[in-house]
Amino acid sequence: MMRIAEALAAFKPHRGDAIVVPGRGGKFWAELTGNPNLDVPLGDPAMGGHAGFALGLALAQPNRKVVLFDSEGDILMSLGMLTTIAEQAPVNFYHFLLDNEVYATTGGQPVPNAKHVKYDRLALAAGYPRAQAFDKLDDLDRALPEILGRPGPVFVALKVYPEVENAPIGQRRRWNTRSRTQVVADLQQKLGIQSA
Amino acid sequence: MAEVQSAALSPATVLAEMKKNSVSHIVWLPDSETNWLYLLMQAEPSLTLVGVTREGHACSIASGLAAGGARPMILIQNTGLQESGDSLRGWLLGMNVGCVMMVGYRGWTRHGVTTDTAATYTEPFINAYGLDYYLVESDADASRISVAFEEAEKTKRPVVVLVGDEYHGFNR
Repeated sequence: MMRIAEALAAFKPHRGDAIVVPGRGGKFWAELTGNPNLDVPLGDPAMGGHAGFALGLALAQPNRKVVLFDSEGDILMSLGMLTTIAEQAPVNFYHFLLDNEVYATTGGQPVPNAKHVKYDRLALAAGYPRAQAFDKLDDLDRALPEILGRPGPVFVALKVYPEVENAPIGQRRRWNTRSRTQVVADLQQKLGIQSA
Repeated sequence: MAEVQSAALSPATVLAEMKKNSVSHIVWLPDSETNWLYLLMQAEPSLTLVGVTREGHACSIASGLAAGGARPMILIQNTGLQESGDSLRGWLLGMNVGCVMMVGYRGWTRHGVTTDTAATYTEPFINAYGLDYYLVESDADASRISVAFEEAEKTKRPVVVLVGDEYHGFNR
């Protein structure tokens, strides 16, 4: 297993000018990013939707890489999304999964069948052309240049340590200083998009 | 009194409204109304169809499309709209996405009597989320689709177009 921050730090040198949707890794990525206006940290607008949001971004911005750090709880809530992504097959879409085997934001209860689900195989079975799984940081580190150097879509499942939050939501440190509206506005300004 | 509908809402009319309003992506799950429309949309080069497996997915995808500068429209059935509640809340309302959701109104009848609970709960559901909506029955009502687009753009909120055409139009 690896820590989420370690996995994100391994990714950072390869980011280039990619849009990053950090999902539930947002609070860790906020400490690492060098280009916050190309980040789309949204917290949790509604569980299960990060992959759909990132797919939409990738389809709307086909000339720019979109890198998503999804979670297994989100993916399990929307397994059918894998088939939609595979059918659309955006070459600029890089789908990483932070699999900590638990619902970390609610106290660390296990997701169903947590130890036995092979998410990379689910992605392949759904039609992703490439999928890999890593539980060692060194292996991920070595593979990242090729993963990100080839066209997507690709699915990369990472086993990460559960970093559980037990404090009541209202008492947790706010890591995202921007509202969701501001995050999207900053992204659109960076991309030169005229907001509708 | 006769309850005959004088004309149906034709798929060609709906497609024309999509093009008129510069829709780029249709995020959709088939319903019993939309097969002929599907064939037309598929043949339209200005549209990209994004098929989903559950209607709530359409909300997050549309949200991402809008954030990326595209102009999505959601095309689902009222059963799926009701399934989509949390995604509608978080990914469309919560992200201020002004998009049109065209919703097949399964079970709708002109006289208001229905045995289909999909219809029974449709308008209460829409009202619970505070969404504006327009009913479209026939080609004569099609301009309401453009009204919905204008309103969605102005308010940055989803606006629903209910297609009350069950068993008369698209699949006839």
